[in-house]
Amino acid sequence: MSLNYEQAVEKYEPTLGLEVHVELNTKSKMFCGCATEFGAQPNTQTCPVCLGLPGSLPVVNKKAIESTILIGLALNCTIAPYSRFARKNYFYPDMPKNFQTSQYDEPICVNGYLDVEIETDDGSKSFRVEIERVHMEEDTGKSLHVGGSTGRIHGADYSLLDYNRAGIPLVEIVTRIIPNTGKYAPQVARAYVASLRDILRGLKVSDVKMEQGSLRCDVNLSLSEINSGKLGTRSETKNVNSLRSVERAVNGEFIRQANRLTSGERIIQETRHFLEESGQTRPGRSKEQAEDYRYFPEPDLVPVIPDNKWIEELRKTLPEKPSDRRKRLQQAWSVPDKEMSAIVNAELLDTVEETVLLGADPTKARSWWLGEISRIANDRSVFPTELISVKDVYQIITLISQGELTDKLARQVVEGVIAGEGSPADVITKRGLKVVSDDSQLMKAIEDAIAAAPETADRVRGGNIPAAGALIGSVMKATGGKADAAKVRELLLKHLGQ
Amino acid sequence: MMIRDSAATMAAALAKKEISAVDLANQHYEQIAAVDKDVHAFLYLDKEGALAQAAEVDKKRAAGEKLSPLAGVPLALKDVLTQKGVPTTCGSKILEGWRPPYDATVVTKLKEAGIIILGKTNMDEFAMGSSTENSAYGPTKNPWDLTRIPGGSGGGSSASLAAFEAPLAIGTDTGGSIRQPAAVTGTVGVKPTYGGVSRYGLVAFSSSLDQAGPCARTVLDTALLHQVIAGFDPKDSTSINQNVPDIVAAAKKQDIKGMKIGVVKQLSGNGYQKGVENKFKESLDELVKLGAEIVEVSCPNFEYALAAYYLIAPSECSSNLARFDSIRFGLRVGDDGSKSAEEVMNLTRAAGFGREVKRRIILGTYALSSGYYDAYYGSAQKVRTLIKRDFESAFTKCDVLVSPTAPTTAFKIGEKTNDPLAMYLNDIATIPVNMAGIGGMSLPCGLAEEDNLPVGFQIMSPAMKDDRMYLVGGALEAALIDKWGKTILDFAPKLVGSK
Ligand SMILES: [Zn+2]
Repeated sequence: MSLNYEQAVEKYEPTLGLEVHVELNTKSKMFCGCATEFGAQPNTQTCPVCLGLPGSLPVVNKKAIESTILIGLALNCTIAPYSRFARKNYFYPDMPKNFQTSQYDEPICVNGYLDVEIETDDGSKSFRVEIERVHMEEDTGKSLHVGGSTGRIHGADYSLLDYNRAGIPLVEIVTRIIPNTGKYAPQVARAYVASLRDILRGLKVSDVKMEQGSLRCDVNLSLSEINSGKLGTRSETKNVNSLRSVERAVNGEFIRQANRLTSGERIIQETRHFLEESGQTRPGRSKEQAEDYRYFPEPDLVPVIPDNKWIEELRKTLPEKPSDRRKRLQQAWSVPDKEMSAIVNAELLDTVEETVLLGADPTKARSWWLGEISRIANDRSVFPTELISVKDVYQIITLISQGELTDKLARQVVEGVIAGEGSPADVITKRGLKVVSDDSQLMKAIEDAIAAAPETADRVRGGNIPAAGALIGSVMKATGGKADAAKVRELLLKHLGQ
Repeated sequence: MMIRDSAATMAAALAKKEISAVDLANQHYEQIAAVDKDVHAFLYLDKEGALAQAAEVDKKRAAGEKLSPLAGVPLALKDVLTQKGVPTTCGSKILEGWRPPYDATVVTKLKEAGIIILGKTNMDEFAMGSSTENSAYGPTKNPWDLTRIPGGSGGGSSASLAAFEAPLAIGTDTGGSIRQPAAVTGTVGVKPTYGGVSRYGLVAFSSSLDQAGPCARTVLDTALLHQVIAGFDPKDSTSINQNVPDIVAAAKKQDIKGMKIGVVKQLSGNGYQKGVENKFKESLDELVKLGAEIVEVSCPNFEYALAAYYLIAPSECSSNLARFDSIRFGLRVGDDGSKSAEEVMNLTRAAGFGREVKRRIILGTYALSSGYYDAYYGSAQKVRTLIKRDFESAFTKCDVLVSPTAPTTAFKIGEKTNDPLAMYLNDIATIPVNMAGIGGMSLPCGLAEEDNLPVGFQIMSPAMKDDRMYLVGGALEAALIDKWGKTILDFAPKLVGSK
């Protein structure tokens, strides 16, 4: 017998913890002046320092410290008056010095929190995720294992090394255990990473592109039997790289662990990898024993002692918190909770706001972006703004409100813009999509419609207003949908003495 | 021939165009050709590069360009500093054939000053040792007695000075590697304040203790060279952003009236050779004659300095030497297509490192491992703090501290190679300076009566007060030369073939 998720959550309680690695978008690396551009030719962004050549020494990138402090402040952390780098010692070919320079027991930011909201069976609910620490470290190089069947180091014919990534500044954000998430653990995990990403994006400290690996998440999960009071053994699922995957990884790991425990098996403390296709995890390289990293303070670097004045100046530059912004916009736009959540979940808050800022009606902006445009975008697996610009959507909405386009015509304009036929105006001209607003032309169509269905017209004359629908339909059909239905209705009723 | 002159004298002759930099360099290459087969101070001679550099200096001088004071004077560079395109081995097989793509900051400064780099000098592998016997390329001999060690780790640099193969040399000092070789070869060596000279390009042994410094045959020459290499370097985070005191003026001043000179009680007695102690005491008498006041100070925690040093230095070295893995540079062993990267790394490190280096890597790996860290590395750091406090308190009572540099004169090659602990004791008087990050100088103070070999006198000054040791050293040197009627190296037996 195997448990599904619903059965698993009835029996077990999750203990969730998340570690997020963020690549900072500084121009130069953490400890040298090399460029950090993504996708450059292998080993072209290297120097004696990031190649770990004998005699070279690191120098801390001040901008990286600034970014990390900003992250700490945005996450309500205390900024440590004194923090240090340490060396994490282990051998690996893509790590030039065979130690990683990383903060360890003296991180720069500690004791913060981030409140996240999710939809539960009982409506919106807020969870406080406590942040244990935010610390700086350097990224490693990349290995490409050639030959063999697995693409992993074991069984490969040879390996190629690219040190362009070696030394790129990374920030690691570690949560405390997130309590009482129960069956919502996957949603809380996703909402946390999403909120964090929004904050980082707002701070402009990282590209936060999960698909390029500039933001990656490790999911720590253990289960205990409900009310047993005992903590279980945890697994660590590494490098989960999309919001959806974070949610699925928690879900998959929950089910896996629950099934093992139910059948009396032990959970092994290990590193696991998330499998995109199945939503499950597989064990990583098993370690015979826990690695001893022999941490000690990095003697080549001096302690980081940020000036209080500097911290306060940075605090002043913090942008509005995403949660505050969300509340502010929701109020300004008078959007119900559920629709606001839909905008946020679709990651269209920025887009809708930009459209509104150009002068569009908020409700219209929301419904166009989340409706027709999102539908097409989903079909093509792209982000809506990749299909059509904010400016074009604003223009289309304006034309609707001016009566120049009907909703139906507007959909065709959107289609045309997406198809590459030019600006909304171009599409309107080329496809001849102008609303028929000439009263005499409309009156002719209305008279035709009445003549074709005299009995219906009589019913309307007699006070049966809903019966006018059929007549309006005929007029619309006759004008090829280019008429404004409201206007047709107005003229028709007037003509029939209503 | 000018090879026996001081660097200052050579500089003056160059300035007056009495000799060209090319001729001066050639004179030294002739001497090297004559004696280095016996002394083995050099691992590599960059004759082509040096002569090109010398010709450049001559050209500039002929054109009337303003040159720095030591322009055209030759120098021997310890093989632990990177010089672009010139093999840098650190005395190890693991780096055989590696040509660094960049200059150490010290080397950049030497080149900018027009100092001619003759070649790279021998050393204990990765600067671990006190005799230069740990070099993978064979030991250097002491020019005073070719059966004896020249000290270490910078035995090659000091021997090159004593053999008149170069008037200036660069050394590095982690626990005494500049001062102890200076002491046993009858030359001068200075370990500057930690952070006073950039470590960028100095292949690290123990990052928190390593310091590059000047070596020469006179205190003034040492000061002139120190001036060239000192100063803040943005590439070295631990370098001090503060003006260097005027050490050249201090070396010339020769007035120590009223200065208080502290004798460290713990750096004498048991383990110190009689002749070493006698010469040390006679030098104190000279200082008194010059008007200084001698006070005895106690530094009780120095007792633990050696033990703490042999935890901190190996710990840092175990991590610093991890990068020698065959992947990006240097030796690669066993890469026959059948082995994994990990196996090749292991084979390379097994073949490429010598016994002493392995011993220290293992020691350091152990000291840092979880469960032992607090007891070993942690305790050693506490001792370090206590040693610093001992110095701070001592410096409230006196301007400089003094002691013998090394407990004995040069011992026989092979005498201590099987007894690491006896070898480690050579640095008992020099290690506290590194632990506290302050400055230390060794200058010759006579010949021990037992063996007629040179004895070193150590002067220690507070951090960034390096001028004080030059002040005292300069005065003492002048008084001693006055007393002897010649320099100490004039007592040394002439090497076969020496010019
Ligand atoms: Zn670099």
